[in-house]
Amino acid sequence: MKKHQLRLSMLGITLTALLAIAGGGLVSVVHSEGKSAPGAEIKIDNFSFGPATVTVPAGSVVTWTNHDDVPHVVASEDKSFRSKALDTDDKFAFTFTKPGTYTYYCAIHPKMTAKVVVQ
Amino acid sequence: MPRFIRQNQEKDGIDRRGFLKCMAWAGTGALCVVQGGILKSFTLSALAKEPKMGMQGELSFVQISDSHMGFNKAANPDVVATLQAAVAKINALPEPPAFILHTGDISHLSKPSEFDTVDQVLKEASAKTIFYVPGEHDVLEDDGRQYLERYGKGATGGGWYSFDQKGVHFIGLVNVLNLKAGGLGYLGEEQLKWLEDDVRHLKPSTPIIVFAHIPLWSVYPDWGWGTDDSARALSYLKKFGSVSVLNGHIHQVMQKVEGNVTFHTAMSTAFPQPAPGMAPSPGPMMVPADQLRSVLGIADVKFARGQHTLAVMDSTLASPWRF
Repeated sequence: MKKHQLRLSMLGITLTALLAIAGGGLVSVVHSEGKSAPGAEIKIDNFSFGPATVTVPAGSVVTWTNHDDVPHVVASEDKSFRSKALDTDDKFAFTFTKPGTYTYYCAIHPKMTAKVVVQ
Repeated sequence: MPRFIRQNQEKDGIDRRGFLKCMAWAGTGALCVVQGGILKSFTLSALAKEPKMGMQGELSFVQISDSHMGFNKAANPDVVATLQAAVAKINALPEPPAFILHTGDISHLSKPSEFDTVDQVLKEASAKTIFYVPGEHDVLEDDGRQYLERYGKGATGGGWYSFDQKGVHFIGLVNVLNLKAGGLGYLGEEQLKWLEDDVRHLKPSTPIIVFAHIPLWSVYPDWGWGTDDSARALSYLKKFGSVSVLNGHIHQVMQKVEGNVTFHTAMSTAFPQPAPGMAPSPGPMMVPADQLRSVLGIADVKFARGQHTLAVMDSTLASPWRF
C-alpha cells in the first residue's frame, strides 16, 4: 500500500473503532435494563405527578415528561433541582446521587406535590 | 325598571341565589350591581332609556386578563386573534376607558416575543395607558426579572405598586412569586408590610381597588385558586368603606361580596377553564370552535362617586355591547 493510502486506512480503522466504542457506550446507557443506569419515568398529567412517590436506588436518573397543555416547572423543596419551564412533551431529567427523600412540586402550580425516595 | 332579586337572603344580607342568576346573565351583557348588599340587575337597554339610574360613571376602565400569548393548543390555536377581538371590544365602547388593567398571564411561557406581541396588539386599543400585574406564566424562569424590566417601572420589590385616579386608590399586588410547595398564591412579608404602610394614612372614605393575578379569596384551594396570606392583606383594608378586588387566573367570572369587600375575577382572552371541581384539573377547557368567543371576554368597570361599589360589566367576545 502507498503511504497515504495506509494513513487513510489507519484513520478509517481508528475512526471506526472510536465510533464502535462510542456507539456501544451510547447503547448501554439508553438501554435501561437495570444493568447500567437505573431510572424512573414520571408523567405530568392533569396537574399531577404520576406516580406520586417513586423509589429509586442512588445514582438513578429520573425523567419527567409533561403531558399537559400548560407548562410546569419541576422544583425540589430543598432547591437541589429545578427544571426550566416544561411545555407540552418537554422532558427534564435529574440524576439522584445522594440517598434521601426529595419532596418536589410544580413551582408555578405549587399545589402539585410529589416525592422521590432515593435509597 | 330594575329587577330586584330578593330570594334566599341569609344573615349577611347577601342574596346568593340571586347572585348565580345574575352571573348567568353576565355573558349576555347584563349589568350586575351590588348596592348596599343587594343585587340589582339591569339590562343594557333599560339603562339606555333611563340614564340617571345611578350608573353615571366618573371613572371608567377595562379589566382584561390571561392573554397567554404563545399558547397554541386545541383549546385556542389563535390567541392573537382573540386578544385582537378583545381590543375591538374595548374600542367599541362609546367612550374610551381611562386605562386598561391587565391582571396577569400576559404571556404563556415568559418569552420576549410573547410579551412583544401583546404590546403590539394592545397598542391598537383606544386606552393608551395599561397597568399590569404578573401571572405565574410571566415569571417562569427568572424570578420575574424580565417582567419587571418591561412592566415594573415605579414598582417595588416583586412588582407591587399603587396609584391614584380620580380619588380612587389602586393597588397592584404580586402573588405569583416564591410560591411554597403545597401552597396557593403568596404575597409575602415584604409586600404585606409595604401594603400596610401604603394605606395607613388614607381616609376610610377613599375607594380602594386592589388587583392581583391569583384570586385573593378561596375560590377553590384544591386547584390552587386562592392566596395563602390574603387575609392579612385584607385586614389592612378593613377601615375602608369600599374595597374592590379584581383578579384573573381562573379564566371565568366569579364574584363574591364579604362585608365591605367585593371580589371579581375576569374571563381570559385566550381559553376558558372548567368551573371548580367540574373536571379532573384546571387546565384549558375545550369548547366547540363556534362557542369559543362566548367564553372569553373582558370587564368594563365604572366607578361612580357616591356609589358604594363598582359597577362591573363582564362581556364576552361573542356578544356585542348593546347600547
